[in-house]
Amino acid sequence: MFSKPENRKVYWKEFMHQCNDIGIGSLGIVVIISVFMGAVSTLQTAYQLVSPLIPKSSIAQIVRDTVLLEFAPTLVCIVLAGVVGSKIASELGNMRVSEQIDALEIMGINTKTYLVLPKIVAALVVIPMLVVISAGLGIWGGRLAGQAANILSTTDFDKGLLNAFLPYNVFFAMVKAYVFSFIISSVPAFYGYYVQGGALEIGRASTKSVVVSCVLILFADYVLAAILL
Amino acid sequence: MIEVKHIKKGFGDKIVINDVSAVMDDGKCNLIIGASGSGKTVFMKCLVGLFRPDSGSILYDGEDFTNMDAAGKKEIRKKIGMLFQGSALFDSLTVEKNIQFPLDMFTNWTLAEKRKRVDEVLDRVELRDANKKFPAEISGGMKKRVGIARAIVLNPKYLFCDEPNSGLDPQTSLVIDKLIKELTQEFNITTVINTHDMNSVMEIGDKIIYMYKGDKEWEGNNKEIIFSKNQRLNEFIFASDFLRDAKDMRMLEQTGKIDNDRNMEDLIR
Repeated sequence: MFSKPENRKVYWKEFMHQCNDIGIGSLGIVVIISVFMGAVSTLQTAYQLVSPLIPKSSIAQIVRDTVLLEFAPTLVCIVLAGVVGSKIASELGNMRVSEQIDALEIMGINTKTYLVLPKIVAALVVIPMLVVISAGLGIWGGRLAGQAANILSTTDFDKGLLNAFLPYNVFFAMVKAYVFSFIISSVPAFYGYYVQGGALEIGRASTKSVVVSCVLILFADYVLAAILL
Repeated sequence: MIEVKHIKKGFGDKIVINDVSAVMDDGKCNLIIGASGSGKTVFMKCLVGLFRPDSGSILYDGEDFTNMDAAGKKEIRKKIGMLFQGSALFDSLTVEKNIQFPLDMFTNWTLAEKRKRVDEVLDRVELRDANKKFPAEISGGMKKRVGIARAIVLNPKYLFCDEPNSGLDPQTSLVIDKLIKELTQEFNITTVINTHDMNSVMEIGDKIIYMYKGDKEWEGNNKEIIFSKNQRLNEFIFASDFLRDAKDMRMLEQTGKIDNDRNMEDLIR
């Protein structure tokens, strides 16, 4: 399927271009989602914790684990499946329909290696980074909301954050991030690369790739939780 | 020289190419003509290796391209340039970068050397001013010329053109035909052109292969086609009254008579 690159410099350039497209291109939406999901987590956890016996700092503990275990890897990757996945599928689909892939084939270039591989590798490199950023921003958003809504002070929040912290949760989040990154890049690449027809089919392939990616992410989420937790 | 030996190609139950053999000569424009659905695009895609024939073989200068391993095919493909019907330019790259792409991929030249070569081919296709533009910013005729420039930038031995005149006005079509003809002769390229355009047939058809429903129906050149007795070919080529008149006029010029029962005086008048 993949073969040795014809020219490493050109492939490196394409890899960096994809890193920029997937990573920097999605950073804005990841920042917005992360901050708000952390903030909402704090508010909703506080709303449900009505017992005076439970210390306020446990809100931070719950927010931290929710963000780390589920929100940062899964929610962000589902959003990225839409943002990045549709872009990959429509880009490759358009290249297929307008014969650009055929043009590359005729030049003697392995189009799967040149067009698909850099996207998958770039996704595997930058999406876990986005998940880390998302986790940090999510917790920060929760801390901010706790203080702004007068639910708990930043000191209480920080105290709860450090309480009963399991580094394994970070490992689990990263495993999820890598698995989801592969799904986000490979499924749309498959649908885009093998599209047949015209503009309508490109749209269908793009939509289908996002739906399939999301379902696979949720399925993999369950399987990983069952195996690793 | 490209030799095609008894190739067959089908999709499911439908046979698209049925036992076609042909030879594409060096330094000549070899035209494949035929109505829509006659199999000429599939035939060309078999020639360049985008489709694998069900049987038969394709030989590039005696080397069997059909049964070659991937590495061998890659080497042959480096000698192939192709102009696509829709030009197939890379949308995200400027004209200059589109042409430079094969050089980036397959040479170890310095940037200055690559730029020099790109300028040479841009000059050759008379597009020097468009080098910084994107494909979306240039006309259909210019896109075709950029496509030709990209196809010849690595000095190919074989040039394939899939309907180079489609969507172009008659004058631009003539410019493209002239350019392809000149390049073919200048660099002794084996050029294979898929076309519907009757101007191309008459102007640059050094060798013409007419396909009908997957079969090779007729073979000749642009001189012989005037005198062809093949009814299907005549109905396809000289489809309108205007083209029939043009054919009879040319026949009259060359032989002093026409081979049908039309009144010559009416024709001349």
